[in-house]
Amino acid sequence: MSDKTHKAHKAHKASRAQKAGGTHEAAADVEAVPAVTGDGTAPAAGAGPRVTVLKTYKLYVGGKFPRSESGRVYEVTDSEGNWLANAPRASRKDARDAVVAARKAFGGWSGATAYNRGQVLYRVAEMLEGRRHQFVREVADAEGLSEARAAGVVDATIDRWVWYAGWTDKIAQVTGGANPVAGPYFNLSSPEPTGVVAVLAPQESSFLGLVSVLAPVIATGNTAVLVASERAPLPALSLAEVLATSDVPGGVVNVLSGGTAELAAPLAAHQDVNAIDLAGADEQLAKELEVAAADNLKRVLRPQPVDYFATPGTDRMTAFLETKTVWHPTGSLGASGSSY
Amino acid sequence: MASAFEYAPAPESRSVVDIAPSYGLFVDGEFTEAADGKVFKTISPSTEEVLSEVARAGAEDVDRAVRAARKAFGTWSALPGAERAKYLFRIARIIQERSRELAVLETLDNGKPIRETRDADLPLVAAHFFYYAGWADKLEHAGFGARPRPLGVAGQVIPWNFPLLMLAWKIAPALATGNTVVLKPAETTPLSALFFADVCRQAGLPRGVVNILPGYGDAGAALVAHPDVNKVAFTGSTAVGKEIARTVAGTRKKLTLELGGKGANIVFDDAPIDQAVEGIVNGIFFNQGQVCCAGSRLLVQESVEEELLDALKRRLSTLRLGDPLDKNTDIGAINSEEQLTRITRLVEQGEAEGAERWSPQCEIPSAGYWFAPTLFTKVTQAHTVARDEIFGPVLSVLTFRTPDEAVAKANNTPYGLSAGVWTEKGSRILAVAGKLRAGVIWSNTFNKFDPTSPFGGYKESGFGREGGRHGLEAYLDV
Amino acid sequence: MPTTAPTANALADVTASDSTLRRFLHGLPGVDAVGLEARAASLGTRSIKTTAKAYAIDLAISMVDLTTLEGADTPGKVRALGAKAVLPDPTDRTAPATAAVCVYPDMVAVAKQAVAGSGVKVASVATAFPAGRAALEVKLADVRDAVAAGADEVDMVIDRGAFLAGKYLKVYDEIVAVKEACGGAARLKVIFETGELSTYDNIRRASWLGMLAGADFIKTSTGKVAVNATPANTLLMLEAVRDFRAQTGVQVGVKPAGGIRTSKDAIKFLVLVNETVGEDWLDNHWFRFGASSLLNDLLMQRQKLATGRYSGPDYVTVD
Repeated sequence: MSDKTHKAHKAHKASRAQKAGGTHEAAADVEAVPAVTGDGTAPAAGAGPRVTVLKTYKLYVGGKFPRSESGRVYEVTDSEGNWLANAPRASRKDARDAVVAARKAFGGWSGATAYNRGQVLYRVAEMLEGRRHQFVREVADAEGLSEARAAGVVDATIDRWVWYAGWTDKIAQVTGGANPVAGPYFNLSSPEPTGVVAVLAPQESSFLGLVSVLAPVIATGNTAVLVASERAPLPALSLAEVLATSDVPGGVVNVLSGGTAELAAPLAAHQDVNAIDLAGADEQLAKELEVAAADNLKRVLRPQPVDYFATPGTDRMTAFLETKTVWHPTGSLGASGSSY
Repeated sequence: MASAFEYAPAPESRSVVDIAPSYGLFVDGEFTEAADGKVFKTISPSTEEVLSEVARAGAEDVDRAVRAARKAFGTWSALPGAERAKYLFRIARIIQERSRELAVLETLDNGKPIRETRDADLPLVAAHFFYYAGWADKLEHAGFGARPRPLGVAGQVIPWNFPLLMLAWKIAPALATGNTVVLKPAETTPLSALFFADVCRQAGLPRGVVNILPGYGDAGAALVAHPDVNKVAFTGSTAVGKEIARTVAGTRKKLTLELGGKGANIVFDDAPIDQAVEGIVNGIFFNQGQVCCAGSRLLVQESVEEELLDALKRRLSTLRLGDPLDKNTDIGAINSEEQLTRITRLVEQGEAEGAERWSPQCEIPSAGYWFAPTLFTKVTQAHTVARDEIFGPVLSVLTFRTPDEAVAKANNTPYGLSAGVWTEKGSRILAVAGKLRAGVIWSNTFNKFDPTSPFGGYKESGFGREGGRHGLEAYLDV
Repeated sequence: MPTTAPTANALADVTASDSTLRRFLHGLPGVDAVGLEARAASLGTRSIKTTAKAYAIDLAISMVDLTTLEGADTPGKVRALGAKAVLPDPTDRTAPATAAVCVYPDMVAVAKQAVAGSGVKVASVATAFPAGRAALEVKLADVRDAVAAGADEVDMVIDRGAFLAGKYLKVYDEIVAVKEACGGAARLKVIFETGELSTYDNIRRASWLGMLAGADFIKTSTGKVAVNATPANTLLMLEAVRDFRAQTGVQVGVKPAGGIRTSKDAIKFLVLVNETVGEDWLDNHWFRFGASSLLNDLLMQRQKLATGRYSGPDYVTVD
């Protein structure tokens, strides 16, 4: 990135930040934080508002928080157009790195016990609960919701993690089972994760929708490359910080922000991506991506209207599960037959 | 003296099947000519004899058939499941009654041995209809919601390697779930599907519920692209499967694909060796290797390679290639000249790339399309014969040293349809089966099929499952 | 054929001790029951017609060890059996003689007389047949009796109790001793009683054990238990003799016995031989059927092929 651009952005950020801070936590800021005096002398206690420390939002790839390799960022605003932050504008190379990280993490995550995955997902809920206020503010900003509505969204989102945490060790029993073949064979079908899944998070529902499409993918043992809502990526980028501290192994979830179309195209065409959830694509983009996905026969989940507040079914899990059927001869207890 | 025990020819009688000189399209319960009057000949690949002349469907016929299926959909889907079931049970029974006739017909049109059509294809066809018949009135118990609904008109395109069995895999679940179908059989094997139309007639199936359109790829493409088709099911090559996936992109059509494979058959040093040899033979020479789930890559542990290859070569020398109607024939004809050319080209490429080619002594008939059972040894992952689906009686032998290496090599392919594991050690079976990225794993057996057992691939071998409870999902709005 | 040099010495080592023998037998490849039975069944679907069938029926007749092993056996009964073995079909002298008659040791002398000059062999069961539950000395005396009376072949039973208890060397030593008692005069058939060994893995191990100990034939059963010869256990034993010859160069015969009653069954067994070990074994020196009622069915089928009419039991002789 160019130094010049970076500095310009920083200056810009500072001015916006005071406004943003003022909007939400003005009272607290003013009371608790000393003001900066005009002449530079030491301020008296309680004399003015403190300048808040802003967060540099980063991508989340392979358990690390890199900036975009392209050095690009884009401005993220709230629903009224006020500056919130600069989000990294990830490039196709970032997407490629994310796929590599997701592939690397697949063996371990898909090989973990379902119980273990369930505990990890539950841990995500626990961590989120602790950072509830942060996400309420971010969701309110991102989606222009009142604090109460945003709190409702966040609560539902936390509960969604809990819901999927409970599914990890049940889905195989619901979708798999023994098949009574007409012969001396033991025959068992069990679901297995498809592999690396590219997930285009819904554009409107920046947090509940995001988790509603991400959690089922990883609950079943897939690893994910998530493209955050283009307009409202901050809850997704903050979620990455929660995932990083929730025992989710690095690379299981990789979060990219930026242009959905720009990132989705290389992901849909990537030969080492096994499936793609098109939730965040519009009709035209979805069609283009589905065509590209045919090159290696990705499993494609087309965009569809979803009420994210409703309790989900198993569809989003089964969409990224393969059924493996194993045969083995049984035979009799002895060459001369048996009465048992 | 002893050499006198040559089995005399034991041909199955052709007289049990009466093939008409010409057949039409089966649309809305009637046989009709193609709109443009086009026809094509279907021949017996073992003799190149013309069996019949068949109407060739075009886009206009596809439209007519889809309209007939759409018209029939309302009443068919509204029929109580128990009543739909009875039609399917009838079909299963009629197929059992006519199985000798249909087996001979299939052998004539396809070139595969009567031993297979009689003992594998036809019993499985009847069983498939019988199995799905029972689902028709139990769909609410299948785990796809309380009131699972059919999708509408299913457009189905099937291959030539198991013509009637693939028809059963497509039509049985579609009808059980209340859909109506337009099915296009392969251009080299249209006859058994047309005989199936007659089975539908005998079963009293309402008109328009099943429509059969013999034809070429253009008809298949038109069917897949037809805007009033709600569901597309295809079995065939991966290349065509991708084309179909592109065609349905951006539509609401539900798609299932059952495509190619390059199945690994892994033999460990503690395998039940005699049964492994049988499994390898069955894995690659069943139906002349023209099987998407064939075990076309033999991965043998290096320590037993020599022993296994000796046993395998000895066994291959006993395979009997020839008249598919002879009940003692193990290896029949290749389905078409085009397929024979493809096999020949890939085998020549294998030789050119340095793999060692071996075939048993075997006499090739003068007419028809034939290819001797072929073994390639000294094959590596880099050889074309280890990567490309040959779809013929050609086995590539590779070696491995450790279970880890075996799994890595087995998975090192864009395909993921089937795999085999041979070892007497139970924990190794489970460990290896768990790591293989393939939809069907046969351990200490190979090429077993059953209507209750879901079948389908990982990766570029396609998506969706056929068979079992899982097979219902492809035809339900879930 | 073996690609490596015959390993007779190496195989001699395997019988050095109980533990080496156990290691060797348990190191043999396992048998998958379903796969074995499926292969046997699939060979059973071979369709044998016309000239091949006529050949097979005559071959089968020539391979029969025509057997009577009853407590009620009398010299008269044995003489009748011998006459039938020599001339199975009095109405058609082109029918071949059977391979042998098989009797208890005390009937060997009578049987020898009955078949004298015909080329039909006399086989005697021995070693406290059928249970084999007697002291070794008693068993050996049994064998010596039979050989002294002129038995051409001895059908011994192994000690299944010892085998199932894992005392392989005991079983081995006993076979070696019996072989010695045969004194080179009689060929030794070793009966495993496969129905009692129960598993296919055991049958494969017993086959190798018998061959290592010097069996000239390995034989499935006594005919006195519920399950006797089956296509699957015979196929398995054919695989064993095939592999044994490949390793040692020594050819061993196979005799399924008990439960083979029809021509159709017999032909299925011949197909197993033909496709597993080939024509080297398609000869009564290397393959036998232990049977009694089978012969009449073969003869009736033979008459049917000759005349085109189905025959009936009144047109063949009762035993």
